Amino acid sequence: MRIGILIGRVRVEEKLLIAEIERRGIDYELIYDNDVVFDLEQGERWRHIDVILERCISHSRALAALAVFERFGIPCVNRLEVGRLCGDKILTSLALARAGVPQPRVRVAFTPESALRAIEELGYPVVLKPATGSWGRLMARVTDRYTAEAILEHKSTLGGVQHSIFYIQEYVEKPGRDIRAFVVGDETICAIERRSEHWITNTARGGRAANFPVTDELNAICVQAAHAVGGGVLAVDIFESERGLLVNEVNYTMEFRNSIAPTGVDIPARIVDYVVRVAEGDREPLPALSAEVRPC
Amino acid sequence: MSTQVATCPECAADVPFEGDVLLHEIVQCPECGVELEVVGLDPIALDLAPEVEEDWGE
Repeated sequence: MRIGILIGRVRVEEKLLIAEIERRGIDYELIYDNDVVFDLEQGERWRHIDVILERCISHSRALAALAVFERFGIPCVNRLEVGRLCGDKILTSLALARAGVPQPRVRVAFTPESALRAIEELGYPVVLKPATGSWGRLMARVTDRYTAEAILEHKSTLGGVQHSIFYIQEYVEKPGRDIRAFVVGDETICAIERRSEHWITNTARGGRAANFPVTDELNAICVQAAHAVGGGVLAVDIFESERGLLVNEVNYTMEFRNSIAPTGVDIPARIVDYVVRVAEGDREPLPALSAEVRPC
Repeated sequence: MSTQVATCPECAADVPFEGDVLLHEIVQCPECGVELEVVGLDPIALDLAPEVEEDWGE
């Protein structure tokens, strides 16, 4: 078996995954997205690879490379469609809604005027997020009309066209924390809580991680969310609310360096287990993507 | 375990490496704190890591 690891920057996560693959004596090849050149008519060039483990830090490069490898018939973790859905918050929310997964209320608008109407209909505060983005970047907690008008004007004037696709999410009052759960296949293998005095709790922004027990309820909603976007190796961000657990986001190239010690779970080993299973042809079908579309 | 040392291109401090070093590995300079990328292995060469792009993330 030979694993192709599609890689941009070699971070702690990639080093842990490579170390685990080496420990098992599995052949692997590092495919650097800075260096790779694809001849789109020469899939044979890659036939020696049994599975691609996608670890690009760039969403755009990940999607392009996954499209190529899947077209060449090489199974990928995660799938192109999973990356497409998870990398765009609008598509994620649509997939969650279609599958009936509880999530914060969301509105999408294309002009500052319609976005303002949507914000006021949801009620302050709301969170404005870029449809594509990560690590809590460019998120705004909007608390009043004056702030909303200013942020919408700045985004539409100073940002690129993508910043005038306004993704507006209900602000969920959190108990000082949110939950990040790690799903591999059909199981939530572990979870952490992320605590912060700031409303943005990403560990990339200073949120502190501690183990969070995986209850039946948490496992169910996380696996449901993972399946809604096509399944695989995914990190599901969860809010606790008066309405119960809500899925905030699903991440498809998850970072886990801060979650191994608190949970005691060997996350890279569980990922490699899954990648090996996929290489051997053992992967669940696409539950949501192949399901009949039903009204939200 | 052998230790190799490279030079930070920003502040010229010594940046120590222990164990295996991978091309494109990201490290932090222990003195100035800047993010560095391994761009050569024999000997280890460092360059400033690229700035975060809009589509980077998880």
